[in-house]
Amino acid sequence: MQHTSTQDTLVGLFVASGIVGLFFLALQVSNLSSFVERDSYTITASFENSGGLKVKSPVSAAGVKIGQVSAINFDPKTYQSVVQMSIDSQYNTLPEDTTASVFTAGLLGEQYVNLEPGGSEEFLKNGGKIEITQSAIILEKALGQFLFKSAEEKK
Amino acid sequence: MIEFLQHLGENTRTSFTKLGRGTFFLLQTISGIISVLARPRLLINQMHSIGVLSFLIITISGLFVGMVLGLQGYYTLSDFGAEEALGVMVAASLVRELGPVVTALLFAGRAGSALTAEIGLMKATEQLSGMEMMAVDPIKRIISPRFLAGFLSMPLLAALFSAIGIIGGQMIGSGLLGVDEGAYWSQMQANIDFQDDIINGVIKSIVFGFVTSWIALFEGYDAIPTSEGVSRATTRTVVNSAFSILGLDFILTTLMFGD
Repeated sequence: MQHTSTQDTLVGLFVASGIVGLFFLALQVSNLSSFVERDSYTITASFENSGGLKVKSPVSAAGVKIGQVSAINFDPKTYQSVVQMSIDSQYNTLPEDTTASVFTAGLLGEQYVNLEPGGSEEFLKNGGKIEITQSAIILEKALGQFLFKSAEEKK
Repeated sequence: MIEFLQHLGENTRTSFTKLGRGTFFLLQTISGIISVLARPRLLINQMHSIGVLSFLIITISGLFVGMVLGLQGYYTLSDFGAEEALGVMVAASLVRELGPVVTALLFAGRAGSALTAEIGLMKATEQLSGMEMMAVDPIKRIISPRFLAGFLSMPLLAALFSAIGIIGGQMIGSGLLGVDEGAYWSQMQANIDFQDDIINGVIKSIVFGFVTSWIALFEGYDAIPTSEGVSRATTRTVVNSAFSILGLDFILTTLMFGD
């Protein structure tokens, strides 16, 4: 029976290591860990242009990730893009006059929402709205303006 | 001219009958799986010879593929100053494509050919007919356990291949070339999606496991019972498996990642 029990052990080891591999892929490699519902509250902000922002893009303050974008919609009345963000509830002391801007990490990196706290004593609550926003810088637009300007100057 | 048409017709007819026999064989094999569950010992034996014995070649290949991806990715990405994206590149290419496909190709070469040769020789030495004489169904006793074992082993092997490849890429990337280790993992986690990438990769490897085991077992079962016939069947297993894996991979990729 020695033979069959070593065989059992080896097969067990094989199956276990395969499952460990799958778990490794799920937890360490993919974004599954961010699926875990942490306590969070939702705030919204309207941007003139949210650029390449996507659902699940990070929301950070002072360079630290404090939440993520949960939905982006187009408001047909104001023609603005309404970005819904879920913020970790441990960061519940964002002042009401916080500024939200869409930045790009590096020249070619992904876009994210940066929150810059203001000085108000009142804090943003669940469902709160950020009034002061700054749109994404669209590279094509900036380039176009630059070219236009330099052509003007030459005249 | 008439001869050519005759050949064409004959080839069409034989390939269709083969497809028919193959499908019938597959249905019999699948219905035989129920009786395998009553005798798990048969399955364990086959998991050992199909899965455990392929373990080494899969892990070593995974490690080297990951390390090469790390090197090549670094050379290309550093031209754009985007070394930090190395983790994404290595993980995405392994999880989506190389993991399932290379594992399946290696599996067809390592385990598929062995299965065909084994079944073909059993047929040539009339062990299968002997079983039928003793009222033992060779499909249930021989084929189904092997099919189930191959089908179950493939996703596990592919997951191992990808996981070890990613670790290999990290070893080269941050150990040798100086990519920041935190950036390697965090960029990877930010860009690899569980649903879109990992699950689709696992689905691919399940499909490949199914097809490779089917082809290997059917070619063995259908082999001409001579030494030459078995040798041809083994060759056909490897060639047909490789074709179906690569073809199916293309189709699955267009379906999964097209959006």
